[in-house]
Amino acid sequence: MSNPQQLRYSKEHEWLSGAEEGVSTVGITEHAANALGDVVYVQLPEVGATVAAGETCGELESTKSVSDLYSPVDGEITEINEDVVNDPSLVNSAPFEGGWLFKVKISGEPGELLSADEYAAFITG
Amino acid sequence: MTDAPRRTALDATHRALGATMTDFAGWDMPLRYSSERDEHVAVRTRAGLFDLSHMGEITVTGPQAADLLDYALVGNIGGVKTGRARYTMICEAEGGILDDLIVYRLADQEYMVVANASNAQVVLDALTARAGGFDAAIRDDRDAYALLAVQGPESPAILKALTDADLDGLKYYAGLPGTVAGVEALIARTGYTGEDGFELFVRPADAVALWEALTEAGKDAGLVPCGLSCRDTLRLEAGMPLYGHELTTATTPFDAGLGRVVKFEKTSNGGDFVGRDALAAAAGRAETQPPRKLVGLVAGGRRVPRAGYPVVTADGTVIGEVTSGAPSPTLGKPIAIAYVDAAYATPGTEGVCVDIRGSHEPYEVTALPFYKRQK
Repeated sequence: MSNPQQLRYSKEHEWLSGAEEGVSTVGITEHAANALGDVVYVQLPEVGATVAAGETCGELESTKSVSDLYSPVDGEITEINEDVVNDPSLVNSAPFEGGWLFKVKISGEPGELLSADEYAAFITG
Repeated sequence: MTDAPRRTALDATHRALGATMTDFAGWDMPLRYSSERDEHVAVRTRAGLFDLSHMGEITVTGPQAADLLDYALVGNIGGVKTGRARYTMICEAEGGILDDLIVYRLADQEYMVVANASNAQVVLDALTARAGGFDAAIRDDRDAYALLAVQGPESPAILKALTDADLDGLKYYAGLPGTVAGVEALIARTGYTGEDGFELFVRPADAVALWEALTEAGKDAGLVPCGLSCRDTLRLEAGMPLYGHELTTATTPFDAGLGRVVKFEKTSNGGDFVGRDALAAAAGRAETQPPRKLVGLVAGGRRVPRAGYPVVTADGTVIGEVTSGAPSPTLGKPIAIAYVDAAYATPGTEGVCVDIRGSHEPYEVTALPFYKRQK
């Protein structure tokens, strides 16, 4: 599996897009989606909610388990992906594209984020 | 358990297929090969191939093999005809369930008891302890067999391409020795998916060849390899209990709604069997004042109830507990099996919720199973 070079990654397996006017898109990686199995339910933060790096902001439910969703950065939620709420399987089928989860206006310096190569080394490590 | 997990004869095959593996009862087993949902749908609509070599086989032979099993188990095993199989249980003297079993009568004086992987040692020990005074021998055959299952509506056609055995004459819950793809096998029409299907007990050395032959024969019919994850959702839809979830030592067969497996009328041992008195009392209790009953729950929403989640009323009063839950691929919504207070066990009862991590989600009480195949 390949991790897009232009994204940054957290050790909790979220990806974060390059900021456009201070707003970044967040999803979970293909590695995380594969580990979860078929995702059947996503609970996302509400638009306008404040999230903090490394803290729980939702949950991802797969056939077998429930996992917390963490925000990779501090910020305010500006948009959530309604398509993925209606069709959680997008997280599995297109984790880096149609399966994105939320957009966040970053309010501070992000915490420790990894490059694509660093993340690839982290998950095989 | 500190030992390294055991691997089946098909371990290299699973890895070559890219299976996600999981520890299950001390065995390293395939959880899924691709999408568990796709595997589930394949079994419901076409066919799936499972490695179940972790199941525990115990052979009981001798002039009093039937008498021993009648005494040790709750079923009427002496009444099983050669070539047939029976779903039964082994209980404690106090009535609690030690395991649920399938017993095959292979010959007049030869039976194969198939135990759950997690309980195989418990069953072996209990049978051995109960064998005193019977002219019968108990053999641990856990390493003697690999077990492959072909399940789904296409499974008879797939198997027919590989065997001369009379599959049309093989009834549900029956088993006969035969040859499949040149491999000696006990061919049984059993399974744990709610579909028609076969379980093939073979020598471990033959497992890879048989797996490959079945894969090839099933290619055009859409057979896919299937892992334990979809096996669990298939059995859940079919309302079949799982040891450690619906069945435990704290539960009698009557509490689990499976009192029919207990046969008080046995011809051998003067009708005596381990657990008889406790089970007779449990039968009376279940009739007159059942504590909790096993029911199905169907979700209106999408949140998935899990084993151990409390069943509650809208105001939060606990009235039961979920024993198994999963999103049902066939129904398209989450389902669960739960023990609930008898007052709430009638299908259609209003106001039953599951506490899903603090949120009370409404559920519809239904009868089991959730899914029954069209015959």
